[in-house]
Amino acid sequence: MNDTSQNMMMNETVAQLEAQMAFKSLDFYYGKFHALKNVNLEIYKRHVTAFIGPSGCGKSTLLRVMNRMYDLYPEQRATGELLLDGENMLDRNVDVTVLRAKVGMVFQKPTPFPMSIYENIAFGVRLHEKMSKSLMDERVEWALRKAALWDEAKDKLGQSGMSLSGGQQQRLCIARGIAVKPEVLLLDEPTSALDPISTMRIEELIGELKEEFTIAIVTHNMQQAARISDYTAYMYLGEMIEFGVTDQIFIKPTMKATEDYITGRFG
Amino acid sequence: MELLIRRKFANKVALTLSMLAMGFGLFWLAWILLTTFELGIAGISLDLFTKMTPPPGAGEPGGLLNAIVGSAIMVSLATALGTPIGILAGVYLAEYGRHTWLGNSTRFINDILLSAPSIVIGLFIYAVYVAKVGNFSGISGVFALALIVIPVVVATTENMLKLVPDTLREAAFALGAPKSTVILKVTLKASTTGVITGILLAVARIAGETAPLLFTALSNQFWSLNLNEPMANLPVTIFKFAMSPFKEWQQIAWAGVFLITLGVLGLNIVARILFRQKHKN
Repeated sequence: MNDTSQNMMMNETVAQLEAQMAFKSLDFYYGKFHALKNVNLEIYKRHVTAFIGPSGCGKSTLLRVMNRMYDLYPEQRATGELLLDGENMLDRNVDVTVLRAKVGMVFQKPTPFPMSIYENIAFGVRLHEKMSKSLMDERVEWALRKAALWDEAKDKLGQSGMSLSGGQQQRLCIARGIAVKPEVLLLDEPTSALDPISTMRIEELIGELKEEFTIAIVTHNMQQAARISDYTAYMYLGEMIEFGVTDQIFIKPTMKATEDYITGRFG
Repeated sequence: MELLIRRKFANKVALTLSMLAMGFGLFWLAWILLTTFELGIAGISLDLFTKMTPPPGAGEPGGLLNAIVGSAIMVSLATALGTPIGILAGVYLAEYGRHTWLGNSTRFINDILLSAPSIVIGLFIYAVYVAKVGNFSGISGVFALALIVIPVVVATTENMLKLVPDTLREAAFALGAPKSTVILKVTLKASTTGVITGILLAVARIAGETAPLLFTALSNQFWSLNLNEPMANLPVTIFKFAMSPFKEWQQIAWAGVFLITLGVLGLNIVARILFRQKHKN
C-alpha cells in the first residue's frame, strides 16, 4: 500500500468520524437521584452507537436526554452540555419541538397512534412542514419504503395503525420517525418486545438507515449490539465506563468491568 | 387429595354465593322493568305523543307532548352546556394538573359534586337564580341539570385520558408535537369512545332527575318553549300525575315512566356497545 492511498484512507476515516452529538460533563437527576455522572461522549455521524449495561445503569436515561424527553417531567433535570451540530441543546432558549424534529425516537413497545397508517406518518410531517397532498403521499411512501413496510402496507394505508402486527407496528414507528427527516434516530430497545424474525428485519433496517441517519440504540441484547453497531458504550451506575469501536469493546475491552459484563460474569 | 377436595368445595361455595347475589340484583331489576312495561304499555298511544298534559278530571285522554319536548330541550341544552366544561376540566385534570395542588383540589371537589344529592343542586339553583329572578323557568332547570352533567363528564374524561398509556404521549412528543397537538390529536382521539360513553351516561342520569327540576323548571300544564317560564318535563309530570287521584293521570304517569326507562335503558346499551367496541380495537 503506498503512502497516498493510506493517506486517503485515513482522511476518509477522519471524515466519517464527524461528531453529530456530544455530551460534555453531563449530569442527570431524577429528583435527588443522581442518574448520570459526568458523561462525556461523542456520537458519530451516520454510524450506529450502541449503549449497553445492566438495568438501571442510565443508558435509557442518556437517550431521553438526547431529545429532552425528560422535559415532560418537572422533577427531572440535566446539567452540562448536549451539543447537536455544535449547539448546546440543553440551553433554555432551545425550542424542544425543533430539537425533536431533528432527533427522532422509537420506543421499546410499538406505539402506533389511534389513526390510519397514512395519518400515523403524516402526523409528524405536518407538525414541521406544510406540503401538498401529492408531496405528502410521496413522503409517506418514501418513509414506508425506508422502513421496509411499503409492500405490506401499501394496500391498506387507510386502515388503523393498530391493525398491524407487532413487528409491523414497530416498523411503522420507525417510518413515522424518519418521515420527519431527522438527523439522529434514537432507538430505545426497539426489538425487546418483538419475535426473532421481526427483530432480524429491524436489525437489517438499522444497517440500511445508518447510510442516512445517525443512530443511537439502547439494547439489553449483547449479540445485537455486536451485530449492528459501529461503536459501543458500556455504562454502569450512571457512569460511562468504556466507549470505543464495537469490535474492540467485544474482543479486547480495556476495562475489566466491561469484560466481566460482556462475558456474562456480571450483569 | 384432601387439599383438592377442599379447594373444589371452597370454589363451589364462592360461586354459589356470587350467583345468589347476582340473582338477587337481577330479580328486582327484572321486577321493576316488568311492572313498568305492564303498567306503562297500556298508556302508549298516538295521543301520548301528540296531546298536551290534560287538566284534572277533563275526561279526555290527553298526552305528554309538552313534557316530552320540555325534557328534550332541557336535557339537550344542559348537555350542550355541561359537556364542553366537563371535557375541558377533565383534560386539565388528566394532562396538566395531575400532581398539582390545584388539580388535586379540583378532583376532590368534583368527587363531592359527583355524589351530591341532586335535590341540593336544585335548591342551590333555586337560591342563586330562581329566587333572584322571581319565577321558575326552563333555563334554571337547564342550569341545575348542567351542574349534574359536569362532574360526570369531568370524571369520565379524566379517567379515560388516564387510561391512555404515557408511552403514546411520549411518542407524540418525540415527533416534536406541542402539548396541545398531543392532547387534541392523540390522547383525546385515543379516548373518544370513552368520553362519549361518559356523556351518554350523563344524559341518562339527568333524563330521569326529578329533584333538581322541582325547584327550578317546576312544570307547565301548557305548551311553552319559553325558557324564562316554567317548563313541562317528564320527571316532574310523572311525580305530579302518579300522586294524583285521577285514573287517567296515573295512566299517563306510567306511560311516562315507561318512556324514560326505555330511553335510559337504550342510552346505557349504546354506551356499553361503544365502550366494548373501543376495547376490541
